[in-house]
Amino acid sequence: MTSRLSAIALNTFREAVRDRVLYNLILFVLLLVASAPLFGQISIGLERLILVNVGLSSISLFGVVIAILVGIGLVSKEIEKKTLYTILPRPVRRWEFIVGKYFGLLLTLLVNAAFMTIGFYIALLVTQHALHKADAGLLVAIYFILLQFMIMVALTLLFSSFSTPIFSAIFAFALFVIGTFGEDLKNFAAMSQGAIKWLTTGIAWVVPNFASLNVISQTAHDQPVSTGLILFNTLYALLYSAAITAGAVLIFDRRNLK
Amino acid sequence: MNVSRNTTIVASVLLIALFAGSVFSRRKVDEFRGKEATLEEVLYLPSGKVLKRLSLGYSGLLADIYWTRAVQYFGARHIKHSQRYDLLYPLLDITTDLDPNLIVAYQNGAVFLSQKPPDGAGEPDKAVALLERGVRANPDYWRLYFTLGFVHYIDRDDPQAAQNAFERGSKVPGALGWMKVMAARMAERNKDITTAMALWQGILETTTDKDVRVTAQRHIVSIQADNDLNELEHRVRVYRQRTGRLPANWYDLINAGLLDSVPITPFKDAYALKSDGKVDVQDASKYPYLGEWRNNIELPF
Repeated sequence: MTSRLSAIALNTFREAVRDRVLYNLILFVLLLVASAPLFGQISIGLERLILVNVGLSSISLFGVVIAILVGIGLVSKEIEKKTLYTILPRPVRRWEFIVGKYFGLLLTLLVNAAFMTIGFYIALLVTQHALHKADAGLLVAIYFILLQFMIMVALTLLFSSFSTPIFSAIFAFALFVIGTFGEDLKNFAAMSQGAIKWLTTGIAWVVPNFASLNVISQTAHDQPVSTGLILFNTLYALLYSAAITAGAVLIFDRRNLK
Repeated sequence: MNVSRNTTIVASVLLIALFAGSVFSRRKVDEFRGKEATLEEVLYLPSGKVLKRLSLGYSGLLADIYWTRAVQYFGARHIKHSQRYDLLYPLLDITTDLDPNLIVAYQNGAVFLSQKPPDGAGEPDKAVALLERGVRANPDYWRLYFTLGFVHYIDRDDPQAAQNAFERGSKVPGALGWMKVMAARMAERNKDITTAMALWQGILETTTDKDVRVTAQRHIVSIQADNDLNELEHRVRVYRQRTGRLPANWYDLINAGLLDSVPITPFKDAYALKSDGKVDVQDASKYPYLGEWRNNIELPF
């Protein structure tokens, strides 16, 4: 089972690389190289802050865009190219196919984020002429971004398991935006009355909570992130993405592929 | 039982269990982050104007979100009788930068800011700054001038600035006539109970926020009670001057022709006449601002 899962995951990763997904790294490097001195000129003394905000936001946004654009085609492309019909008759179960795809795309995003992180720290080194202890704290924000990716991959895979690529992209992007304002949704729920209150409260718990996974501003200002938050955000991302992947398995397993 | 059925059962059980686990962990995340974690992000934002550029044209939507955050923040702090509202002004500042025409943010926000803690932030100068920006962005909306005059008069003790605000507002086409009356009252440079009552009535009639409404109602009943207490103690003094003794109860004043009936508070219970001739309400907790407009006149005993 493990070998089948890793085979699907590695193939998904290789396919993403073949599709030149990692080319976005060039754009990322250009953005960092261009923005740091440019903004530094405009806002004296804020070079580091701007570099951190631009760099970490780019890592997050590039990853989310890749997760959506690649994730939406994970299942539909296999059906379209009829390659799925050569995979499933082998001793590969449908859930293994979905879970393998999940890890494949996650691996792609991890590699992508790793390169971006290296580039980001090089830019930081060039700007500051040295790396400081406080710069290590930024790794927490990057770790939270990876947790975001775990959830985003699961969501795109869920939509990809039953919908067309276009609609999957729309659904996934909409959930990303809603999840970013997840706490405001809870505020709206708290302010409403009766049935609307119950409905919005329910939605607020069901949609992913991306707000708590964004500590870019906090770390950019060298504010510490509590260990408890790191622990429970990790647990949340693991459980939520696993639940969504289970949902994708459930749908794909019952789907008529003939 | 075939393989597919097994998968369905396992996936269903996992889905429910994992989702329940994620809800639990999210609650813990919320605990660690604290309720104001999202709101505190305003402290890191360079300005609402930058945020407006970054909002890619959806600044109206973002302003609504920030206004909701401001109301939630105020409401949560107000319930806890908080003495500090540190994030209130930054939230209002960003809201109105994102949407300079969001009148409700200026009007209610100014009252949130100007009222003394725990009913507000106790920052009338910031309320004035917010309203002046509102007036610049919405010069045709005369009610903003009313709120500006209100804050100057009630919270800043500055009748001259209040007069100026009411006069400016009275010149706006469509402004109600009593804006001129208010300007004239301000010209007298006195803080008086009738003017205060009129201003709070104006706030009560114009506000859409329930917290502001409750505060206005509390002020109005307190002012009514203060007014009644001033009047009743004056009548006790008149009785004392006529008879040379203090009244034992309200019926002494009624029999002397100084009252028509037992005086009733805004909450429909009787005022209490004390043995020393002073008058009070039965339950002072219902009048949180009682005494703000009392004349501290010594009785000539």
